[in-house]
Formats: sequence, C-alpha cells, structure tokens
Amino acid sequence: MTAVPVPYLVVDRRRETEESVTLRLEPVAEALDDFAPGQFAMVHCFGRGEIPLSVSSVQTTGGLAHTIRNVGAVSDGLCAARVGDLLGLRGPYGTSWELDRARGRDVLVVAGGIGLAPLRPLILSALAEPEAYGRVSVLVGARTPGDLIAREEIESWPTAYTRVMVDWPDKEWRGDVGVVTQLLGRAPFDPAGTWAFVCGPEPMIRATARELADRGVPKERIRVSLERNMRCATGHCGHCQLGPLLVCRDGPVAGWDVAEPLLSVREL
Amino acid sequence: MTGTEAPEALAVLDRDGLDALVAALVADGRTVVGPTVRDGAIVLAELASAAELPYGWGVELDAGRYRLVRREDGAAFAHSAGPQSWKSYLHPARERLWSADRTPEGDLSFTADEPEAPSYAFLGVRPCDLRAIAIQDGVLTGGRHTDGGYGKRRKRALLIAAECTEPGATCFCVSTGGGPAADAGYDLALTEVVDEGGHRFLVRVGSEEGARLLEQVPHRAADMVTDASARAAVDAARDRMGRALPPVDLRTLLGASLAAERWDDVASRCLTCGNCTMVCPTCFCTTTEEVTDLTGDHTERWQRWDSCFDLDFSYLHEGPVRSSGRARYRQWLTHKLSTWHDQFGTSGCVGCGRCIAWCPAGIDITEEVAALHAELETEKETER
Repeated sequence: MTAVPVPYLVVDRRRETEESVTLRLEPVAEALDDFAPGQFAMVHCFGRGEIPLSVSSVQTTGGLAHTIRNVGAVSDGLCAARVGDLLGLRGPYGTSWELDRARGRDVLVVAGGIGLAPLRPLILSALAEPEAYGRVSVLVGARTPGDLIAREEIESWPTAYTRVMVDWPDKEWRGDVGVVTQLLGRAPFDPAGTWAFVCGPEPMIRATARELADRGVPKERIRVSLERNMRCATGHCGHCQLGPLLVCRDGPVAGWDVAEPLLSVREL
Repeated sequence: MTGTEAPEALAVLDRDGLDALVAALVADGRTVVGPTVRDGAIVLAELASAAELPYGWGVELDAGRYRLVRREDGAAFAHSAGPQSWKSYLHPARERLWSADRTPEGDLSFTADEPEAPSYAFLGVRPCDLRAIAIQDGVLTGGRHTDGGYGKRRKRALLIAAECTEPGATCFCVSTGGGPAADAGYDLALTEVVDEGGHRFLVRVGSEEGARLLEQVPHRAADMVTDASARAAVDAARDRMGRALPPVDLRTLLGASLAAERWDDVASRCLTCGNCTMVCPTCFCTTTEEVTDLTGDHTERWQRWDSCFDLDFSYLHEGPVRSSGRARYRQWLTHKLSTWHDQFGTSGCVGCGRCIAWCPAGIDITEEVAALHAELETEKETER
C-alpha cells in the first residue's frame, strides 16, 4: 500500500538556536507505530513537501518531537509551524540505535551540532536505567555557542562525564574550544567495552569514528547515523543510496565497520 | 498424438490467429500494448488490432544510433528493443501518490490516490524485458514496503512474450545470464517463424490465463517443422549477440573499481543527460513533487521518474553528494552491475542494449566495463 501521512498536531514549539526549533507533536486521531530512538519520520509541510527527520523525543503516549534546522523550503515551513498547526507524518522508518545491545557496557555519545537531537532519547533511556549500563558519557561539539541545542538540559543530565566544546567561541563562552574529537581522550570509557553512538555532520562522524577505532573501540560498536537525500523512505526511490546501502532501509544507523569504507570514497 | 506433432503441448497461430488474439484481448476489456512504428522508431503503444504491429520493419542499431529498416520477410517481431520499455506502463513516468486537503475549520486530511489499475495485455515482450519486469517486481514489491500502484498494475497485466530471433548490434543479454528464449514469467510465449511453410507463431503456454486465452482463438497443434524452425531461430540468435560484457564476476569488478581512472575518461564523454536511465527497463528511481492548487487548501504529492545523473538527485543541504560527472556515471554503472545485488539480490542489467543505442554520446556499457576490467587487471599485474 502507498504510505499516506497521518495528521499530527503541534502541541509545543521551542526555539533551539537561531536556525532550529523543536516541535512537540501529538497524533490527532490514529497514531503511527512507536518510534525507536534513531529512527525517522517523513514529515510533511502542507504545500511544501516532505523531509526525513529523526525523532528527538519519543513518548509512550504516541507523541514525539522533531528538532528541525532551517536549511531548505520544507524545513523552513516546518520551523515556522506554530502550536495548533497540523503536519503529516509517515513512519517509523529505518534502523534505530539499539541501545539494548550496549547493556553492561560503557556508553559514549558524541554529537555534533543538531546531531544531538536524535541522540537525546538514547541518552535519556540510558540514564533512566543507570544500573543497566556502565559509565555514560556525552560529548557535544558545535561550530559556535549559538549552534548548541538543549544547553540547559545537557547540564542536567546525571552522566559520568559531560563536556561541550565549540569551534568558534563568542565573548561569553567560558567552556572548551576546539573540535569534539579532542574530548575523546578525556572521557572515561574502556574502549574494548564501549558502545559509541555518533551523530553530526559527515566530516565530524568520520573524524570521531576513526579516532574511536584507533583508541580500540570495535568498529561494529561505533554506531553512526547516516544522511542522504530521501524521497520515499520505503526503499523505492533510489535517492538515499550510499554504495550498497539504501539509507532509509539499511540506515540511518549503521556500524562503522559498514560505514567506514563507504564514507571514505569521495562522492559515493 | 500423431507423428508430426511436437512433443510438448505447443500450438501454432497464423497471422489471422494473432489478429483474433488481439481482438479477444480488446473484447475482454484489456488495454493491449505492443510495438508499432511511430516517429521513425518502433515504440510501444496501445494497439487496436494486430495490424498495427511493425510487420516488415527491423532496426539497425549501434552506439548512439537507431534506424528503422525494411525487412523482406514481413516479420512483426524481428526487431530489438526500442526507446521505451514496459516500465512506461507498469511504473509510469508520473503518478499521483496522495493528496491533502485543509478545511476552513483547520482540519487536515490525507487521501491515498488509488485509481483502478488498467488491465494491460503486453504483446511482444522480449525475454530481456521479461527479466527486467521481474527485476522491477523485486525492487518495487519484493521488500518490506510495497509500491501499491505498481503492484496492482503488475498483478492485472497479462504478458505475451515474443522470443528473440533477431538480436541487434547493441544486444548482450547472453552475457548477463539471460538469452533470447523466454523461460519464465509469461502467460503466452510466441516464436515467430517465416519460411516456405508460411508466416506463423509457435505458442507456448505459461499460465492458466494464457491457456484460457489461447482457447478463445483459432490455432492448431504445433507441427515438428514449426517447432524445429522456431528452436533453431532462437538458438541461432543466442550466438549472434552484437556485444558482450566481459565474462568475469561483474559485482566484484565494479566493487573494486571505485577509484578507477576510466571514470574520468567516460566522464569526459558523458553529457550526464540521463537518457540511459530513462530507456533502461530496470532503472526505477523516482522523485516527488508537491503541487498545490490556487486555493492553497489542496495539495498533491506526485511521483515522477528521476535520474541519478541529475545534480539534484543526491542533494543534501550543503550541495549534491555526487557533483562530478565521474561520480554520477560511476554511481549508475556500479549500481546496475554491483550494488544492485546487495540491495535487491540480482543484477540490474538484462543486456537489452538500450543505453548504448540511446546515448547521444555513443557510450557503450560493454566497452566501459571491458576497460574497467582491463584497468584492474593491469593494476594487479603491476602489484605482482
């Protein structure tokens, strides 16, 4: 059957940065199946089109949240949505973080910019069951302090280690300056017994995953979130190909063992 | 069974029988689609009668070249693939997926577009195209999600194959693991025979629906001579392929050739026009468009064919992933012959040769693959 969107109501809107907002959504009537952190929805903005968006929050009520950066016609329309507006959603699509596989191990989360959004529900799940996991560390990088999302929330997470780093500080910035990979040496984790979850711009993913692998984290346990152009999300449109992968089906979350050879080829 | 009957339950139709076959399909309410001459090419179009088949026309093909030629024998199916394939009907170039409406009260509703699927009868499907249809079946209906529109059209379609007795200079189906004989996926399979015994079609039945259809039209049991002539013509076609892919594991070859220098060479000739993807019978890629009406309260989601040669195809917010011609040609060829296996469990090439004939720059897939093979071999030699 052709997948048709289901109406969802915008129940909350929070501005994250100059160019991004988080929309909290509730189903109007019928809800989509439950999303697992890491999965994505195709979100429709009336008259503009559809884009793939990872979930930045999942609730047992069927509600969910998306954090959207304004980079094109559809995301511009979605960022302009107000409480009370209706959007269309299809999903859930793609692979998830599968945090369960990390039970009993250290959990290392590395996020770049808005890449923190899809990792947020994973962090909350891990922190909700502290006895189930080893040390949980969260490393966040952003270009500027203005590009950081969920700043106050980050501070509130009871992790073993949390650090935020920016490339280009402003006058008020009192934190670390540099790229997020520089934090990998400081976070407390046992490489051989760690599951890492990485999301951000592709160069950041490459640098982080390489460094983690060099430090001894098994490549299969370095989970990265991939991004490609996507039109259908059902494996039929061909747009999201990354070599042998259809990112909508075999991703977005994949192991570095699979992703490394693909992200190492220019323009693949 | 008399001494002159063929061992299998085969039948023979003469030209009147073929006329009756098309008439029966039309009377049955089917949209009959088959080859016919139009605009200097043998195109696929709706046929009102078998008289519209390209009797007496053949084609002359080469890289970047397609010409109609007259045939002395008056054969209807002695031509190789034309500019279109059956995907134009099963996986149309434009299709509405769904529409959405906003009411003044602020309600929003989505409606799937589910028109009744036409009941097609495809007449003259080449064995290469039968395999192409099977490949698209796998892509569009074989996974976790199903393309509903395609599935419905495909399920209702009746396939009458025409075995290949006249391969073109751009044909290479044998080297893709196929061949000029129809071996599966048809309701009826015809093999055209024109000799001193007359102009006739050997018929094999591939399904109950095909058997029922055959019962409705005048036919006779197959004789040994017709059967032998038909087999001989198809066997001869197997040995007369105009081209061939190198006899190596293409999946591995292409997978190992991502850094090949040949891509720069082909990119210097490739116009990135996308013709090869449009004529390819297995290329399935689509994009979507949002179309609103003047009220602004009604919007429609349309799907249309897309090509991996288009810059927008791989567009992400910072620009296209594959901006160079090199990367886009590499994507097309590598997908077709290698990563298609990873994604869908088969090759994406059936050797119909359309991409060679309809490339305005005359780029020949068999030549490019041979060059990649040679480059990899040279590289291995150097390493030794």
